Amino acid sequence: MPDELTQEVIAVIAREQRLPVESISPESSFEELKIDSLDGVNIVFALEEKYNLTIPDDVAREMKSVRQVIDALRKQLSAASPSPA
Amino acid sequence: MNKVVITGFGVLSASGTDAVSLWNNLAAGRSGLKPLTRVQSDRLTTGVAGEIRDFDLASHFGKEIDLLDRFAQMAVLCARRALTDASLPLTFHGGAPYAPERVGVLTGTGMGGICTQDEGFRAIYGENANRVHPFLIPRSMYSAGTSQIGMAIGARGPSFTVSTACASATHALGEAWGLIRSGAADMVIAGGSDAPLTFGVIKAWEAMRVLAVAGADASQACRPFSLDRTGLVLAEGAAMFVLESEATARRRGARVLAELAGYGATADAGHITQPSVDGASEAMAIALRAAGLAPGEVDYINAHGTGTRLNDSTEIAAIRKAFGPAAEKLSISSTKSMHGHAMGASGAIELAVTVLALRHQVVPPTANYSKPDPECDLDVTPNQARPREIRAALSNSFAFGGLNAVLAVRREQ
Repeated sequence: MPDELTQEVIAVIAREQRLPVESISPESSFEELKIDSLDGVNIVFALEEKYNLTIPDDVAREMKSVRQVIDALRKQLSAASPSPA
Repeated sequence: MNKVVITGFGVLSASGTDAVSLWNNLAAGRSGLKPLTRVQSDRLTTGVAGEIRDFDLASHFGKEIDLLDRFAQMAVLCARRALTDASLPLTFHGGAPYAPERVGVLTGTGMGGICTQDEGFRAIYGENANRVHPFLIPRSMYSAGTSQIGMAIGARGPSFTVSTACASATHALGEAWGLIRSGAADMVIAGGSDAPLTFGVIKAWEAMRVLAVAGADASQACRPFSLDRTGLVLAEGAAMFVLESEATARRRGARVLAELAGYGATADAGHITQPSVDGASEAMAIALRAAGLAPGEVDYINAHGTGTRLNDSTEIAAIRKAFGPAAEKLSISSTKSMHGHAMGASGAIELAVTVLALRHQVVPPTANYSKPDPECDLDVTPNQARPREIRAALSNSFAFGGLNAVLAVRREQ
């Protein structure tokens, strides 16, 4: 069972791309999902809105798969809220 | 020079969301202007607008709607309908009956994707939002209508957008006529689209103090040529046409609705809002000459007829100047009295009305006419449609900024 963040990212991609959730796995590449560069920018925007954070341009430009999106997002989230001491 | 014919069109307006309902409403003198509902605000005094209601525009699109502002949705839908009306395929990728590079797209818009822009800018200025949607630029650019139609149908010929305020669509159609005449394209999708009913735009028009005062009955707010006129009524809408070279249209056995016979364009080079008699009359005279029409051969003019004090009296003086004694025999009407002023789309909606008038041989009326204005003393077809022979007709558009465009259409022989 994928973790919560993975499920949420997949749900956002599914919504923005009008794809069934089942058709997206963490291992799917943007190419397989027919997500072009403009779609990618839109997905990044949707995630920034959802988590109220900013994904830097250089990070966003490297995203070519669902896994890369999840990893980048996890990194931004942990940077935004440091773990309790 | 190639002759240019109109073989199909699609239209969306407050007076009807297809050609049949538009004509039935206009011929009956029924106004589509109603109390404003698109924007709810007690900070607006405007009580009336020409809204497209009871029509699910979004249902005509799939995922591509994410990239389409309302004005582009209307443009694309009207283009598709125009192709169907002309018995043409919805895509030219296959190369028949026209090679994609011989098909152009030329749209006019006054305000472009202003709904998207209004919403995005309100968020960053008004709500201190940190980011705007990444589609704000591709949705709101003025040329989005042209690009989206081109992508939808696979048109790869000359394609661009004209923005000349309230004359945008008329200039677009006129320039499309020129492309076909000169041989730069065999077929052009041309027309106009505007969706200006946003809080910001309405507020800005209110500031100019040219909007009609809505009385007890909003449907009667726009009263062109009537002495008691109080101004224009903002509206939204679109119309797109299939224009073809007559030779290639005949070759494919197309039904011809009318000949797009002439086009005249001038500039007043005078005042940014006050129209001039000379600029408007010269545009009409040029359109007549281009069409090879004598003033006495024109039977109907669909006027710009905004319902403002200055436009209507200037337009009548301009018609007198261009037509001389033949002006007395003309039927003139402003159908903006019923569908309102759809900004850059007006000229396209009104060309659709003019073609329908030619097909039905009926002049649609100027609605809400109650008191003759001595400064508008030609036959403006008050309140009642009139059957009469219409051999040829003009459609006038005279924009703020003194940019004038006139189209001439001739009955199919």
